[in-house]
Amino acid sequence: MEAFISFISTYFPEKSLNNEDLSLLFPEWSAEKIEAKTGVFNRHESADDEFSTDMAVKVGEKLFAEYDVSPSQIDFVLLCTQSPDYFLPTSACIIQDKLGIPNRAGAFDFNLGCSGFVYGLAIAKGFITAGIANNVLLITSETYTKFIHESDRGNRTIFGDGAAATIISSKKGFAKIGDFVLGTDGNGAENLIVKRGGIRYQKTNDILLKNENHLHMNGPEIFNFTSKMVPIMIDELMQKVDLKSDEIRMFILHQANEFMLNHIRKKIDIPISRFYNNLRDCGNTVSSTIPIALKDVMKGEDIKRNDKLLLAGFGVGYSWASTIITIQ
Amino acid sequence: MTENYFFEKFLEQFEESDLSQITIDSEFRSIEEWSSMMALVIIAMVDEEFGITITGDDIRKSVTIRDVYNVVAARKTAV
Repeated sequence: MEAFISFISTYFPEKSLNNEDLSLLFPEWSAEKIEAKTGVFNRHESADDEFSTDMAVKVGEKLFAEYDVSPSQIDFVLLCTQSPDYFLPTSACIIQDKLGIPNRAGAFDFNLGCSGFVYGLAIAKGFITAGIANNVLLITSETYTKFIHESDRGNRTIFGDGAAATIISSKKGFAKIGDFVLGTDGNGAENLIVKRGGIRYQKTNDILLKNENHLHMNGPEIFNFTSKMVPIMIDELMQKVDLKSDEIRMFILHQANEFMLNHIRKKIDIPISRFYNNLRDCGNTVSSTIPIALKDVMKGEDIKRNDKLLLAGFGVGYSWASTIITIQ
Repeated sequence: MTENYFFEKFLEQFEESDLSQITIDSEFRSIEEWSSMMALVIIAMVDEEFGITITGDDIRKSVTIRDVYNVVAARKTAV
């Protein structure tokens, strides 16, 4: 049994924030400087009354329309989000209902950030190859902007909201899903965290920038983790599948920010032409960056049958995941 | 790695500041362009140039450029 990626659709909230808007809010950084440092020009922000489940439903509907897929064909719904509407019920159950997916479908959420899409592919492939499902709808939907303090210049510059819907199928698709290398190091949990608002720590009324109600990212620690772990992960994957890096047509890494991506690219010695970057228009959308980039690659790059693309996600947790897909 | 080479590399990371008065014993936070982003740029430069990992804490505890050099030099010897 094999598993294939069949279709991908993407969704971005209407409201956007470009570098000129940001430089009005933070006059000490010019629009040009923001783009030079982060590679991001524009990012989207979910509306005040728009939540992960809303975006997930919109992107699911978009996929059904874009590729003329019937919801009745879906027999499993996976939602990757760290900003669910409720503690319970599971957002994927709400999505099943709103998208008109049959009751016989299974559904659950899983909480991962930047590694989430590749983990989703691993889960979907597992279900398909075990004969549990045939057509898995994997949705990544994240509203990090709601976690970020309005005065947090760094994080507001990098992150944007967005969602992606992907169908993984047992029968056909544009790319076959290969082997995986996954990993975890919970020792880094504190370095990328929204500490309050769960069960252990209730939200406080603190409104100052340095409080635990909002997204906290220890930039240097995350940088060092990524700089160390991503090359190791990619090396392990290449050994596992017995490929050399020049046999990979395109490296599609989680679009964290340009500075980090460039650093990794130089470390693993990959030319720019085979190292994808599409941060400019939507920034870091967490678990959706890889499907957004993959859709762009399939549309805009000269990709041929049997080309191999490497997908790698890494971040909050710490958690990381990579796989190689082969174009059909 | 000489002190001078490290100092040169450190200054190369700044694009917009007047560095004519800066010496290795200057406080790097006094350079106008210094920001949390520059801390990342320095960490990346040290990794790229010297293959050494320094942390945000190392930068936080350092005052002068020489302090950062000393951290890198100590770690380089330890390797």
